[in-house]
Amino acid sequence: MSAETLEKAIAKKPAEALLSKRRKKLVADPLVDENPITIQVLGICSALAVTTQMQPTLVMAISVTFVVALSNFVISLMRNTIPSRVRIIVQLAVVATLVTLVSEVLKAFAYDMYKELSVFIGLIITNCIVMGRLEAFAMGNKPYDSMLDGLGSALGYSWIILTVAFFRELWGSGSVFGIKVFDFLSGLIGPDFHLATNGLMVTPVGAFIILGLIVWVQRTKTGYVEH
Amino acid sequence: MELFSLGIRSIFIDNMIFAYFLGMCSFLAVSKKVSTAIGLGAAVVFVLGVTVPFNWILNEFVLKEGALTWVSASMATIDLSFLRFIMFIAIIAGIVQLVEMIVEKFSPALYGQLGIFLPLIAVNCAILGGCLFMAQRDYTLAESAVYGFGSGAGFMLAIVLLAAIREKLKYSAVPNGLKGLGITMLLTGLMGIAFMSFMGIDL
Repeated sequence: MSAETLEKAIAKKPAEALLSKRRKKLVADPLVDENPITIQVLGICSALAVTTQMQPTLVMAISVTFVVALSNFVISLMRNTIPSRVRIIVQLAVVATLVTLVSEVLKAFAYDMYKELSVFIGLIITNCIVMGRLEAFAMGNKPYDSMLDGLGSALGYSWIILTVAFFRELWGSGSVFGIKVFDFLSGLIGPDFHLATNGLMVTPVGAFIILGLIVWVQRTKTGYVEH
Repeated sequence: MELFSLGIRSIFIDNMIFAYFLGMCSFLAVSKKVSTAIGLGAAVVFVLGVTVPFNWILNEFVLKEGALTWVSASMATIDLSFLRFIMFIAIIAGIVQLVEMIVEKFSPALYGQLGIFLPLIAVNCAILGGCLFMAQRDYTLAESAVYGFGSGAGFMLAIVLLAAIREKLKYSAVPNGLKGLGITMLLTGLMGIAFMSFMGIDL
């Protein structure tokens, strides 16, 4: 209650608050109701390819968040000067530059991760979430709002891929973030207690099935039906 | 023979969809009808088949470490491979534009069929993915051409098969939450199991 009144008081001021209700909605909407993966069906490729382990998935999520938020910001700054005929090329150039930045930073500071993610860092360029948000939001809105919108979409993407990775790593390799959970459990309870891992989860097939089931659960909860 | 087995491998074993999940967005979005799936598939085969060798030339003579020696010997130490992403995507966007113009000029009928898909191909991850794999695996020019066509054909095979299944699926009672994306993912998983059987083939 007190937070709400406070917010109303701020909203009355001529300048909009840094985190007004409308701006909070920009970040919160893509998390569940307008989730880029499960509802809008964007950015599926990388969601599946890197999710065998939690750790590379986290790196991927951070990289995508960085690229989406910043590219939205930059394109929004330039939105009035970009001629609409060449806007795709301009957008691609901005995104490719940011992705090159991410890739060079990973190469310098986390070389193993860079090797493991291989081409999938480069493929952030063609991640539909990035282009989709640029086209749908950043081309027509102010820089700060666009950045928040990009942040929301990227977080919606991140929690889905982290969930997929959690189940795939747990059932496929019996671990979470490289910590051997299955071995720990059988050590705790006794040698008779043995949990088998499922090799299918490590293969692409496991990714498709886990994501399909997550989509089912998520859509049943939000009540979204595709026609 | 070597090239032939590379072609077979890129179609069936290293399938763009079932092994690397590349081009999933259009794979899911344009697989509702077989005829449109064939159109998109053909466009992807063509664009991959052209861009991968083209980017090979770019990579070999401009971007790779020491690639600029043909300009002058003093440039042997220059390594421009960090420009790979931005150059590859520029070439892809350019070639897609070119292909669009050529098709429009010489075959208006085909252009009418492909129309909407052609510009979208520029941001299809299968194309950029194919180019990056080519650079990573150090293919020769002939290999990269075969790889481009092969992985395009693999994509086409997958999308046409899925479209055929989804056409039949219209008549079945799928639970509400599972309609659309959910059931398509599960189906793709099952198709992936079928494609796993090719992994045993030693080429």
